[in-house]
Amino acid sequence: MREITLSKAVNEAIAEEMRRDPAIFLLGEDVAEAGTPFKVLSGLVEEFGPDRIIDTPISEPGFMGLAVGAAMTGSRPIVDLMFGDFLFLIMDQLCNQAAKTHYMSGGKLTVPLVVRTNLGATRRSAAQHSQSLHALVAHIPGLKVALPSSAYEAKGLLKTAIRDNSPVVIFEDKLMYNDKAPVPEEEYLIPFGQAKILREGEDLTLIATSSMVQVAQKAADLLAADGISAEVIDPRTIVPLDEDTLLASVKKTSRAIVIDEGHQSFGVTAEIASRLNEKAFYHLDAPVLRMGAMDVPVPFTPALEDLTVPTPEKVVEQAKRLVAGDMIHAA
Amino acid sequence: MAAAKKKSNAEQYLRMYRQMMRIRVFEDNANQLYLSAKMPGLTHMYSGQEAVAVGICEALKTTDRITSTHRGHGHCVAKGGEFRPMFAELLGKADGYCGGKGGSMHIADQDNGNLGANAIVGGSAGIATGSALSAKRLGKDDVTVCFFGDGALGQGLLYETMNMAALWKLPVIYACENNLYGEYTKTEEQAAGDLTARAKAFGIETHIVDGQDVLAVNNLAQKLVERCRKGEGPFFIQLDTYRYFGHHVGDINREYYRPKDEETLWKTERDPLTNFAKWLSDEGLVTKDELKEIEAEVKADAEAAVNFALDADYPDASEVTKHVFAENPSGL
Ligand SMILES: Cc1ncc(C[n+]2csc(CCOP(=O)(O)OP(=O)(O)O)c2C)c(N)n1
Ligand SMILES: [Mg+2]
Repeated sequence: MREITLSKAVNEAIAEEMRRDPAIFLLGEDVAEAGTPFKVLSGLVEEFGPDRIIDTPISEPGFMGLAVGAAMTGSRPIVDLMFGDFLFLIMDQLCNQAAKTHYMSGGKLTVPLVVRTNLGATRRSAAQHSQSLHALVAHIPGLKVALPSSAYEAKGLLKTAIRDNSPVVIFEDKLMYNDKAPVPEEEYLIPFGQAKILREGEDLTLIATSSMVQVAQKAADLLAADGISAEVIDPRTIVPLDEDTLLASVKKTSRAIVIDEGHQSFGVTAEIASRLNEKAFYHLDAPVLRMGAMDVPVPFTPALEDLTVPTPEKVVEQAKRLVAGDMIHAA
Repeated sequence: MAAAKKKSNAEQYLRMYRQMMRIRVFEDNANQLYLSAKMPGLTHMYSGQEAVAVGICEALKTTDRITSTHRGHGHCVAKGGEFRPMFAELLGKADGYCGGKGGSMHIADQDNGNLGANAIVGGSAGIATGSALSAKRLGKDDVTVCFFGDGALGQGLLYETMNMAALWKLPVIYACENNLYGEYTKTEEQAAGDLTARAKAFGIETHIVDGQDVLAVNNLAQKLVERCRKGEGPFFIQLDTYRYFGHHVGDINREYYRPKDEETLWKTERDPLTNFAKWLSDEGLVTKDELKEIEAEVKADAEAAVNFALDADYPDASEVTKHVFAENPSGL
């Protein structure tokens, strides 16, 4: 199968969907000629013209609001939010307006829009350009959240997001834009709410999202060398969340670590861990562990930034403690 | 301008020239650090816009405050910043202004009244206006200057805060550096209508000045700062200027959005340093040798500071959890 970058996969997903449905348009900063600072959208304005690939002023709350209104009235906008950190600017339009309109209108109004944005640290971009804020969005009922972990997932999930009739926020990992993966030429969609088992194992389950999937896979390789068999699962969407697949795995392995690049406290790892505790408690041989980013603003200096995110080595360390039974009396 | 006045101001003029030179040289070194892969991440260079930061900051006292932008090295130098902690910050070292935690986009220099660069476009409009509110409440005559780019005119926060500044007559100057582009897009494609009309709508007095002419900027800034101190603020200045490099150091191929001959025109005919140097020597306030000497001194300073920063230590790992919260008095 051909291999393409995540960036190309996103580009193809948008182009294919825009060819299919004239209601779709895209708006954001420097999305047209510049093709975004990450060059993800290069070539789209040439094919679809400036009426469908729209450069906006630096007015995030404004163009997010426009997208909500357009989505309520027959258009299907894709909002390009240059950095996930700028979610804080659009929160009112996203969370008070887009998320609630369908419900508040008793199902009369719909808001079919997608916010494409990103997450991830270790690019030396400091505290306002490095955050992973998907948990904030996932907290708000009415918003779906997709977290692709490769070019293949990015294309399939984005196409599904664009066809969804509810607002969807999709986060890409900035560090992954140039990573290649096999992506079929033929069209495919990835349904929301279906986790993917990337590797089967017996001793423990590593549940990892987005940027942390690669970390979990490397950890599983290292663990295998030490005779520990780890199952690796990528939920792919956290809203909706495929509890069944996660529970089935944990019931089999009886141990789990949840790994996600959002801050550890009050985040995705806590949510998934507590669902496992609630629904698989009697199958567990050890407490479910959480590994998120440290609860600090992301520091600029590489000397500190690298300490803030989970690494394969740290995962291995925790996994060994779990398997050895060290955690049983930890509480 | 009267000859006597010029002579008495000679010292101040040379200081302005030196400050502009310091910014130019700082940025050339920053670019070198990036190109030689010694600087983590990216940086946005201020080269070309020196007369704006220097013309304004030379009209300020140390206790006056500024807020800065992602393109903030110039503001930091102009407000009194030193090379060593600046380069150290760019390299993420413990001796940096922010202990390496902020980096280029977040340099802050509390002692000199620099409340910080900001990586959110328009993000400092509230901070600057709040600083002015604080000065007024506390009965101080300090003025705050809010530096921002033309691109920040897209942000609603600016309009909410200008409205309050006007209602409450706050001592703040909104300094809009119109360098003709926000990232890869022309200003006229991002901002409808007249730029200054936005502030006028709130009854704020506005000015447009040639941002490549340090004397013009400084003369205007002195007047407005003094009037701010007397409670006649706020003011809005549009400073027409130009950035010489790309949006950031990695933006090399830019002809698709900015023509080469436009860059050449600004760099050759409107360069704030060349033109000011010419004026200074035409007026007999400085000799060519003296100008060369200033440049050599600044370059030597920069070289020493870069070496200092390269040799400096990274912060200790224990720093990572420090400063999440401010310390409280004991017992709280
Ligand atoms: C809220 C927000 N939106 C977008 C960006 C990305 N961005 C960084 S600088 C910039 C352009 C800013 O243009 P301008 O204000 O004119 O400043 P200049 O770069 O020209 O100095 C953009 C869009 C950002 N940092 N913050
Ligand atoms: Mg600009």
